[in-house]
Amino acid sequence: MPDTSVIAQLGALILTWLKELSGVVWMLCDTGAEIMESLGRRKAPLRLDEFFFQCTRAGIGSIPMVVLLSLFIGLTMALLTGYQLEIFGIVTLVPAVVSVSFTREMGPLFTGIVLAARIGAAYTAELGAMTAGGEVDAIDGMGIGSLRYLVTPRILAIFCLTPCLSIIAVLSGIAGAAFISNLLLHLGYGFFGDQVMKNLFAKDMLSGLVKSFFFGAIIGIIACYKGLSMKGGAVGVGTATTQSVVASICTVIACDSLCNIAMITFFP
Amino acid sequence: MSKGITNLVEMRGIKLKFDDLVVLNGLNLSVQAQESLVIMGVSGCGKSTLLSILLGLLTPDAGSVKFKGEELTRLSRQEFNKIRMHIGMVYQNAALLSSLTIGENIGLPLQELSHQSSDEISAVIDEKLALVGLSEAREKFPSELSGGMQKRAGMARALAMEPELILFDEPTAGLDPINSDLINELMITLREKQKVTSIIVTHEMESAFALATRMAFMDQGKMILVGTPDEFRNSDLPLIREFLSPHSGNKKRTTKGSIHEIA
Repeated sequence: MPDTSVIAQLGALILTWLKELSGVVWMLCDTGAEIMESLGRRKAPLRLDEFFFQCTRAGIGSIPMVVLLSLFIGLTMALLTGYQLEIFGIVTLVPAVVSVSFTREMGPLFTGIVLAARIGAAYTAELGAMTAGGEVDAIDGMGIGSLRYLVTPRILAIFCLTPCLSIIAVLSGIAGAAFISNLLLHLGYGFFGDQVMKNLFAKDMLSGLVKSFFFGAIIGIIACYKGLSMKGGAVGVGTATTQSVVASICTVIACDSLCNIAMITFFP
Repeated sequence: MSKGITNLVEMRGIKLKFDDLVVLNGLNLSVQAQESLVIMGVSGCGKSTLLSILLGLLTPDAGSVKFKGEELTRLSRQEFNKIRMHIGMVYQNAALLSSLTIGENIGLPLQELSHQSSDEISAVIDEKLALVGLSEAREKFPSELSGGMQKRAGMARALAMEPELILFDEPTAGLDPINSDLINELMITLREKQKVTSIIVTHEMESAFALATRMAFMDQGKMILVGTPDEFRNSDLPLIREFLSPHSGNKKRTTKGSIHEIA
């Protein structure tokens, strides 16, 4: 006899997941409808001042954390890879390994995780508090459209800024790797730079960049959806924020794997 | 919209359930232009839900809601948003946007929905702030104002688009008598001078009788009495007599609707 409670739980989990997915799809459709409605009224599709504010917050505000994290990860990666490769006498491969893996994988992925934790959480908490305080209903009640007013500038800002931060993360990671390689693996900066340029292809850079756009969109959409669909008061805001960060990080990692499979399959 | 309509709002057979909880059960209500209809009822009977339906924040499971003869339940989002420009709402907790100043809050609907210039919007903000006696609060944030001031600012925001209908959800709840009187005076001014139609949800009997041209009492998802303040004073319905009684604070209502004295 199968364990019906496990099956029931699994079914409930799938149903919840599908419900959330349909909620996200409806949110995007409604956002599109509100933007079109605004254009129909000959008004701007989004608030530019809010968009630039969110860009500053998501982009410039996140640079120190992205740089620091990438620098140390690049440094550690070069060090550990170097010590392993030294055994086989191929320590000169360190620049290629670090630069390709950072450009294709580590840079965009760690940027996504940093933004999910830092900006995604902030978006959910803000929108959740506004929902709980009746501000979102007030915006809708005036006929302004809360999705166009609140969601559009946030999603667009994180969508545009994630690739920029990703590039900064890649450069920082490679810089960290070059520093430790020069210090402990005795690879000169010139040699390191030459190897990076020789081994890094446009395909690698494009792969990382495309993924970053996806990650930005995923984080923004999940964070805004969780904030606007929160239930309850202060506890609800906390729960929604936790769920938002967990869901964003898991989805970013899943999307990263799918992108890698697609890249390797279609552009070997 | 058709011409010659006396009823600004017409609600017929409104039904609404939240899961298994029946909130509205075939409710009928009409509001005439330029009247102040006060809706009363025990807490949780669905008064605020009724306002949310009128504003399109909730969709009824069944029934018809008409504003100036236009059926609201069949409107698209875009069409409903046009109707919303004619309806203002003053929320129980004011619901001002905390990240905007009071001036920006009042100017928000104008900025987002109208094609007025910045100077024109600024003039409207000043006018509405003066009307509610908050001229000095234009650059302040909602968190810097008291509850009464926030409600007056919410009222100024609701008036910004010059609506034909204003919905007040517990406008004086939680306020001291001085602030309550201020809000009541503002609502009377709106009715008498600006000829604005209002639907007011309140528990404050003094406010209710001061403001109402007509009153309605909700119970178990329906209106059990709609009439003039005098008809309410003279009503024989036990629930209404108990509700209007000055000693109603010492009564307890059972789930079946009857009221008993608390020992």
